[in-house]
Amino acid sequence: MVKRLVVGAHYGIKDWLIQRITAAYMALYTVIFAFAALTLPAMTHEHWQALFSGRLMQLLTFLFFASLCYHAWIGVRDIWMDYIKPLGIRIALHVATALLLIGYLAWVARVLWRL
Amino acid sequence: MTNRVVHFRIYRYDPDKDEKPYMQEISVEIEPTDKKLLQALVKVKAKDDSLAFRRSCREGVCGSDAMNINGKNGLACLTDLDSLEQPIVLRPLPGLPVIRDLIVDMTQFFKQYHSITPYLINNDPPPERERLQSPQDREELNGLYECILCACCSTSCPSFWWNPDKFVGPAGLLAAYRFIADTRDQATNERLDNLNDPYRLFRCHTIMNCVDVCPKHLNPTKAIGKIKDLMVSRMV
Repeated sequence: MVKRLVVGAHYGIKDWLIQRITAAYMALYTVIFAFAALTLPAMTHEHWQALFSGRLMQLLTFLFFASLCYHAWIGVRDIWMDYIKPLGIRIALHVATALLLIGYLAWVARVLWRL
Repeated sequence: MTNRVVHFRIYRYDPDKDEKPYMQEISVEIEPTDKKLLQALVKVKAKDDSLAFRRSCREGVCGSDAMNINGKNGLACLTDLDSLEQPIVLRPLPGLPVIRDLIVDMTQFFKQYHSITPYLINNDPPPERERLQSPQDREELNGLYECILCACCSTSCPSFWWNPDKFVGPAGLLAAYRFIADTRDQATNERLDNLNDPYRLFRCHTIMNCVDVCPKHLNPTKAIGKIKDLMVSRMV
């Protein structure tokens, strides 16, 4: 590979837009979650479990974590792009970040639907 | 009104003589008519002529005397001496290679500026007189065309510090929007394509140091936001 500086990947606006949309959804979910948690009859394991066994709450919560993971993917990737210059290390970190976030999301799904 | 003394700590580095940079303490007597930092700096130069800095118009038009003044980028000619805490600490603009003392190598900065094709692209045959705009269309260029390319903004931007070779920087992006917003320009799509890149445009994380330091009170962050808005409206 020749050592030439190359820029012009022609992507970025979608990531930027998705980061904003996921942030807006996470803000909305925070309000919904706070309302649902504060209006529980009592802070007991049974009520907590009942709250998260509702289909809608499960879906909203899963969407929240999916948004969080996608949001974090763009943010963390940007950090690697800023500070990690060697290409090999950067690709390795990108892959590690992606796998970790996918793993987290799978874990969330397991926790949510095991209830 | 009497003369008074101003104390300085100035970054000095002459690569031909100095092994590494050092801070020089120096005081000068200024006259009551010396209101701006540049006037005092000229007095410093008279006292120690080995000091190197750029200046030209001495009224905020040429953008030559941009430097880091008490930790904040600005133009020496526009900075009131009275507004500064002493000793006044002067350093070269951060993030660019130092040629000598307060003079930096702006090659990288201008490379980025040139990369956005900072000129009107219009393939129609030129009219008899000039290409006209409505007053409303012309209004859109206010706050964009006034940039003097002093580099205060780009060199205060952390994103530009980390990626000066890839990120266009606030000055370049403000200029980019100046041509995107110009109704006489016909290359809007190409300009947006040129910027849709994770480095060239999207290194901007709206830190807004650029807005904070701009000596002409321009708002690169707002211009960058408008570029993003246009990209979104083109996409969805």
